[in-house]
Amino acid sequence: MSTTAKAGQVGRSLPRLEGRAKVTGRADYIYNLRLPGMLHGKIFRSAVAHGRIRRVDVEAARQVPGVHAVYVSDDIRRAIANPYYGPAFHDQPILAIDKVRHIGEPVAVVLAEDPHVAEEAARLIVAEYDELPAVTNEVEAMTSKVIVHDVLKPAGTFPDLKHLEGRKGTNLALDFHLRRGDTKKAFAAADRVFEHIFTTQPVMHTPLEPFVSAAEPGDGTLTIHTASQSPSFVRIEIARLLGWPENRVRVKTAFLGGGFGAKLYIKLEALVAALALLTRRPVKIALAMDEQFFTITKHPSTFRIKSAVSKDGRITARECEVWWNGGAYADIGPRVTQKSGFTAAGPYDIDNVAIDSYALYTNRPPAGALRGFGIPQLVWAYESHTDMIARALGIDPVEFRRRNLLRDGRPQATGTVMQDAATGQVLDRLVERMGWSRPFDRGQGTVKRGRGIAIGFKASIAPTTSVAILNLYADGSCALYCSTVDMGQGSDTAMAQIAAEVLDVPAETVRVVHPDTDVTPYDMATLGSRSTFHMGNAVKHAAEDARAKIGALKAELGLPAGSNIPVAELFRRKYGMQAGNIVGVGSFVPSYASPDHDTGLTPNATPFWMVGGTGAEVEVDTETGHVRVARLINVADLGTPINPRIVETQLSGGAIMQLGFTMQERMEYADGQLLNPNLADYKIPGMRDLPTRIENETVAATQASGPFGAKGVGETATFGVSPAIANAIDDAVGVRLMDLPLTPEAVYRALTKGGR
Amino acid sequence: MSALRPIRFTLNGRPVATAIGMHETLVDVLRERFALFGARESCGQGLCGCCTVIVDGRAVSGCLFLAAGADGTRVETIEGLAPNDRLDPVQEAFIECGAFQCGFCTPGFVLMTKQLLDENPEPSEDEIKHYLSGNLCRCGAYPEIIEAVRVAARKRKSGG
Repeated sequence: MSTTAKAGQVGRSLPRLEGRAKVTGRADYIYNLRLPGMLHGKIFRSAVAHGRIRRVDVEAARQVPGVHAVYVSDDIRRAIANPYYGPAFHDQPILAIDKVRHIGEPVAVVLAEDPHVAEEAARLIVAEYDELPAVTNEVEAMTSKVIVHDVLKPAGTFPDLKHLEGRKGTNLALDFHLRRGDTKKAFAAADRVFEHIFTTQPVMHTPLEPFVSAAEPGDGTLTIHTASQSPSFVRIEIARLLGWPENRVRVKTAFLGGGFGAKLYIKLEALVAALALLTRRPVKIALAMDEQFFTITKHPSTFRIKSAVSKDGRITARECEVWWNGGAYADIGPRVTQKSGFTAAGPYDIDNVAIDSYALYTNRPPAGALRGFGIPQLVWAYESHTDMIARALGIDPVEFRRRNLLRDGRPQATGTVMQDAATGQVLDRLVERMGWSRPFDRGQGTVKRGRGIAIGFKASIAPTTSVAILNLYADGSCALYCSTVDMGQGSDTAMAQIAAEVLDVPAETVRVVHPDTDVTPYDMATLGSRSTFHMGNAVKHAAEDARAKIGALKAELGLPAGSNIPVAELFRRKYGMQAGNIVGVGSFVPSYASPDHDTGLTPNATPFWMVGGTGAEVEVDTETGHVRVARLINVADLGTPINPRIVETQLSGGAIMQLGFTMQERMEYADGQLLNPNLADYKIPGMRDLPTRIENETVAATQASGPFGAKGVGETATFGVSPAIANAIDDAVGVRLMDLPLTPEAVYRALTKGGR
Repeated sequence: MSALRPIRFTLNGRPVATAIGMHETLVDVLRERFALFGARESCGQGLCGCCTVIVDGRAVSGCLFLAAGADGTRVETIEGLAPNDRLDPVQEAFIECGAFQCGFCTPGFVLMTKQLLDENPEPSEDEIKHYLSGNLCRCGAYPEIIEAVRVAARKRKSGG
């Protein structure tokens, strides 16, 4: 490390800088935003999963007193001629054009000064459709005659999608393939072969601050206030839609009331932009909770996994076929398919690997990023599968993993040599904390106890760029300008600590300026646990640049380099008064080589690896199928924590969220309708759903390329939760569940078919 | 929509008057008439606790409570908990324990915790979980919230 750590700002468990604002209810969210003359929008949504729009009758809605306007897609085209957006494909219309492709798709919008009036009027809109057959399952979508999009329209951003330009008659939005070694030969020579199919269910992020965006027209400019994780992307995409230069679009965010991957790319921003231009007034749309379920979801998946294993318990080959249900619009699904896809064989040292990962369009609400970017779906399958193999071979599941674990210095399936990935330590600490070698209470009577473990890993994102600016003011105070969005992960505090460490000032004195594209520089987005590493490095560079400029100013003033004259005094001497700025700029672009199109191989697949393991102890009531998680232990490699306390809350919170996706959450569909788009029927974890004990540990590790040895943490504790619990249930009662969620009903049904 | 109706109530200790539509909820009125944003609508069904407001000493779901019902009552919101910027022990405990992440649900949890400790100064873990089971935190800060309730109980006992 180039920086002396005199101030000791990094490694402090500093309470969040915005704590006071949050406990007093004064924290700034876009939810709070009110603009003079503002109109509120209410969206009218499709009631069918797939259909041609025959007629949309908005007359009755227009007649409601207080309604300012009602718009359909033809109106939107007056503001934006080609109103299709998306990060991977330009496939999503601002309002449905000709066709609807999923339940809840926006078809029309009502604007009124009173949001209640808009809501009331939207109920009066009538739409008629010629219903089309719908395809909803990801595996069926591969071969279905039902085609969601007539022609594929890649956005041009990602080179591995270019070959799909203009393709017709397919629902395939990306096929990723990886070939390493010779799987055919290895399977032919195997002592044992195991093959299983696992599925995951549709779930939703449910941030408690639902999606909210507002747009404010100016003189040839547009300001968008949005609860977004990706302000820089929003500006670029809105500018593209309008055919404007970036400098006429300003995007501002505030604190987010949760994001979890939902609030990425374009959600409501293009709609409010068009509406503001059409009405020449500020327009705000705040979704209700139910509408979130129609906006973005987590990919349901089907994963066929097959392993060749030798007598001595070595995995010699693995074949993975993964189908991702991307819903009606690609959003970032093709990246999930590729980025997560190449890790589908798990953190194991396997010479022969074949991976096929498919992004599919279906007639379901779009799926995108959700805390793990596909990794939890994959770990669910490969760690259940790994456990099943160990049990079938009569090898202890920990021992079997140890024999096959992928360790530093060995190539991952892509060929990238593992580095700074503490897989061994994570497994060791997990096993130690669980007391794996000690006798285990198996329960009594109708309540059986079991335990299980699981370990997963994830590659970080690239190519990617972060830029930061550190502005020192004339009195010596400073502000950090960065476009990382604090959605609860504590990035403001972590970034302040990194800057403070370099500048040798208390982190509490660093003001962090929230994303405003007119002010804060470019950042790809707040996603994929990338900010601490990527933006952290950029912030460190910016602070170092500022520090170097302080040194240069001292030299200019004829002061010795080591002099401890306060910065304010330097400014005063230079300018003769309290005046001036020192602006430090830093950027970070990690090295990366994209996978070969045909083989999926690359020498440099990721800027860093995240490793997370979970251990679970469960109690299964054999009479009801009810599973109580008695103990949940999360162990992670996140390098050296910038703020240990916040890191622990991230691990704990990530695991609890994944516990919901494991035990209880599922979007239920019947007859094409979503039955439970609300928190009454879609139950997210509450106080009563917590494990009896939850423990979190960070292994002692360093990410050499990270800022002060740190890397990301936001997703790590989600990896192992689902398979650890399923493995523990198998351990307790001898039944194997292969479909999420692990509801009492599923356990009970499995028990009635057999078990111990 | 309906005609406006005048109402009067006490808001965080100060008498206030406004005119409301009969369809408006207490959260609407706090936000639109008084620029108080601490009580927030999230689930819209009274299940998540983000909209918690204290009316005549009892916690209500502000997203379901019609503003007309506030006429003549004493209404307390999170903004009234720290007069003169002096934090309540519950608020201090939430900061010290890191008992929130995104903060959207936090005012609801803080108000419910205060009410819990008013009723039961030394709640057990089970009593805490039971009392706060009507508040949801999607960031999953529950273990830290439980700890904050305990710390707040100790702070209140020792007089701050």
